[in-house]
Amino acid sequence: MDLITEKIKKTSLSTKQDRFGKIISGMALLLITSVVVLIFGFVMTRGIATFTTDKVSVSKFLFGTNWNPSVVDPKTNQPGIGALPLIVGSLAVTFLAALIATPFAIGTAVFMTEIAKKRGAKIMQPVIELLVGIPSVVYGVIGLTVVVPAVRALFGGTGLGILSGTIVLFVMILPTITSMTVDTLKAVPRHYRESALAIGATRWQMIYKVILRAATPGILTAIVFGMARAFGEALAVQMVIGNSAMMPTSLVAPAATLTSVLTMGIGNTVMGTLQNNVLWSLAMILLLMSLVFNLLIRLIGRKGELK
Amino acid sequence: MTDKSQELKPVSEFIPETAPERYIYDMDESKHEIALSTENLQVRYGDKLSLSEGDLRFERYKITSLIGASGSGKSTFLRSLNRMNDDVANVTGNIWYRGLDINSKDIDVYEMRRHIGMVFQRPNPFAKSIYDNITFPLTRRGKYTKAELDEIVETTLKQAALWDQVKDELNKSALSLSGGQAQRLVIARALALKPDILLLDEPSSALDPISSAKFEDTLLELKKDYTIIIVTHNMQQAARISDYTAFFNQGKVIEYDLTRKIFTRPKVELTNDYISGNFG
Amino acid sequence: MNAKTADKIATAVIYAIAGSVVLVLVAMLAFILVRGLPHLSWHFLTAQARSFEAGGGIGIQLFNSFYLLILAMLISFPIALFAAMYLNEYAKPSIWISIVRTAIEVMSSLPSVVVGLFGFLIFVVKFKLGFSIISGAIALTFFNLPILTRSIETSLSQIPDLQREAGAALGLSRFETVIHIILPASVPSIVTGVVISAGRVFGEAAALIFTAGQSAPALNFGDWNPFNTASPLSPFRPAETLAVHIWKINSEGIMPDLSAVSAGASAVLIIVVLLFNFSARRLGQLLYKKLTKS
Repeated sequence: MDLITEKIKKTSLSTKQDRFGKIISGMALLLITSVVVLIFGFVMTRGIATFTTDKVSVSKFLFGTNWNPSVVDPKTNQPGIGALPLIVGSLAVTFLAALIATPFAIGTAVFMTEIAKKRGAKIMQPVIELLVGIPSVVYGVIGLTVVVPAVRALFGGTGLGILSGTIVLFVMILPTITSMTVDTLKAVPRHYRESALAIGATRWQMIYKVILRAATPGILTAIVFGMARAFGEALAVQMVIGNSAMMPTSLVAPAATLTSVLTMGIGNTVMGTLQNNVLWSLAMILLLMSLVFNLLIRLIGRKGELK
Repeated sequence: MTDKSQELKPVSEFIPETAPERYIYDMDESKHEIALSTENLQVRYGDKLSLSEGDLRFERYKITSLIGASGSGKSTFLRSLNRMNDDVANVTGNIWYRGLDINSKDIDVYEMRRHIGMVFQRPNPFAKSIYDNITFPLTRRGKYTKAELDEIVETTLKQAALWDQVKDELNKSALSLSGGQAQRLVIARALALKPDILLLDEPSSALDPISSAKFEDTLLELKKDYTIIIVTHNMQQAARISDYTAFFNQGKVIEYDLTRKIFTRPKVELTNDYISGNFG
Repeated sequence: MNAKTADKIATAVIYAIAGSVVLVLVAMLAFILVRGLPHLSWHFLTAQARSFEAGGGIGIQLFNSFYLLILAMLISFPIALFAAMYLNEYAKPSIWISIVRTAIEVMSSLPSVVVGLFGFLIFVVKFKLGFSIISGAIALTFFNLPILTRSIETSLSQIPDLQREAGAALGLSRFETVIHIILPASVPSIVTGVVISAGRVFGEAAALIFTAGQSAPALNFGDWNPFNTASPLSPFRPAETLAVHIWKINSEGIMPDLSAVSAGASAVLIIVVLLFNFSARRLGQLLYKKLTKS
């Protein structure tokens, strides 16, 4: 055998390097995946303990309206663990914020991509992108110093409540939804626009009937993304919602969300007690909801592909 | 009308009534030195069989052209020869090189590729200097003095007919070269490893006619030291530079013969149709 | 209504919407900066916070924020880099890879308060690390990993496959092709991604209130031995960051100059984050120019 054939049959340095590279990078990936699995495992086992160890019924937890885990209700001889007020609070601020933010986000995105492309790209794009990165406590501070006093002046009461929470979240998710919508609108092929204008459509007809239709899946994804962010947001909401775990009766009365109760509560309970376990159950709901949002985004993506 | 159409394909008169469906030149191993040969080569993408029965022998220090319409399997065949298809397709059969089946598991693919080099359709220099492009693959595997490296750079760039244009700016980024220059740099880079065989996948399709002509001269020059297998969509190019030609169609080798025979007296009607432009 | 009128009305409405959005966003930035900038002074940036009297600063919090950021980045960058390398360079489409991708996606949309709670449960309570820099840095790492991994993977995928083929055809391993060819070429966009994620990490509070804690004990800036608890480098001391501080004083602060401290701290936070985001792109462009020139 000559030198070359001998070399070809041996394991080369390249092969060894690639084994090494594959192992080390595979380990990094495995680490990330196991962190996800661990987070899910721990939060789920903790969260389920409320129902298995403490024998709380799921329906009482989900649909009960009395949230006061540290006090035992003399009538039922059980602490108040009805999480409905918090769930309603979270859903209310999330949906209301998305509802208000959507038209503003779409309008702004259309302005940036279809009407004033140059100004859109030069000034507004960077501004929107910078705003996506503003920390949520800053939104909370603005909520406390501007939104809450304004709501108080207009509607009376403390100013804290779902309305203030909604407004803060609206401003917070607006840049996110807008910048994602801009991306989808930009992805609509040029010839859609050209052929619409060529058959004599006005610009608005083109935008409304062609561009927005074609971009619907992407816009929906952006909205769901914004909602996921709103639902999981803790501090900004906690600062302006009032932190009163009562069934919300009005938009301007103090309320609470899953995240606000978690933020306030975890440090004040003892590990392993029912009071602590129910908080983990709230975290579990947050976790499951973020899965639901993920699933929604995937479903929308798949539907969009089919068209 | 009928007379005229017959004038258009003068070669057809050589095709006998009982033309074969395929013809593979049987290279006599005692008279020709074989550099590489394939046996029962089949390539599958998923479940789809995209290439089969490519039994060819390639003679040493000759240029062999692979021609055929796009999608005929010629590039797939070429890329299988140094296992560049491993990641995307399932290649079965044998590829014989120096008495070894290099399509088997116990072959070190990386080492093999240093002996069977490849140049691609689009020039792909690294984002490094011209000098480093040539020396990088060398210094990653061995120790060289500066003088040795300088000499290799000069020799290979001369072989690739690029030296005169770049000798004063070897430290410039390779990304600043024109398409034709970049492609020749890539050839020089491949030559620096002193391979046995060079596989070229439509190397001049991104070049202008003048660069392309220079490039062909380069190949004819390289033939003295290297075995070259080249995929080309340009039949004139195949006729000009190659000693052997294989014609691919729908994943099969239809005809493989000496180039002058293929282009003057093809034995298979399909080949005749293709080279006379009456294809499809 | 005819199409032309509709077009005019719609255009006007869109102008109004875009105008009001810009107005709100710019007003917000201006509000924070105008209210906060007057309170900024060297004293404010360096002095210790005070709980009951006026005149406190944010020195320790500011230091903690940067220290945590650097630690979190040091831990998460190599992991994210290698994970991204696997996903982009080695992974072949398979059920496992799609599970892993889903896991990363889910993790990136996880509410940060949940990440914080997990860190609290595992590191603060189970491993008995207490409220500490190290617990906080790990929580921030969890928070940061999915985003950073995805951003690096995107950067790697933008380098054309031609380069990888070139390496492979020359007998170079994929690993060294990536390290020596692909990575250098993608440095500008990786840097942009890293700096943007640094901005996010710097402003994060929810993941930290139960991991790094809500108190900032006095530090001895003359002692740089990481094993002393009073040392700024000590990884086992509680460390309230700037973002947590802002939340904390707004929720339960009682110092008389609360609104001034809050305004000043918010301005500092926003300036740092904006600087990160702004320099991210600039830095990327600069590096790109430098790399392609030589």
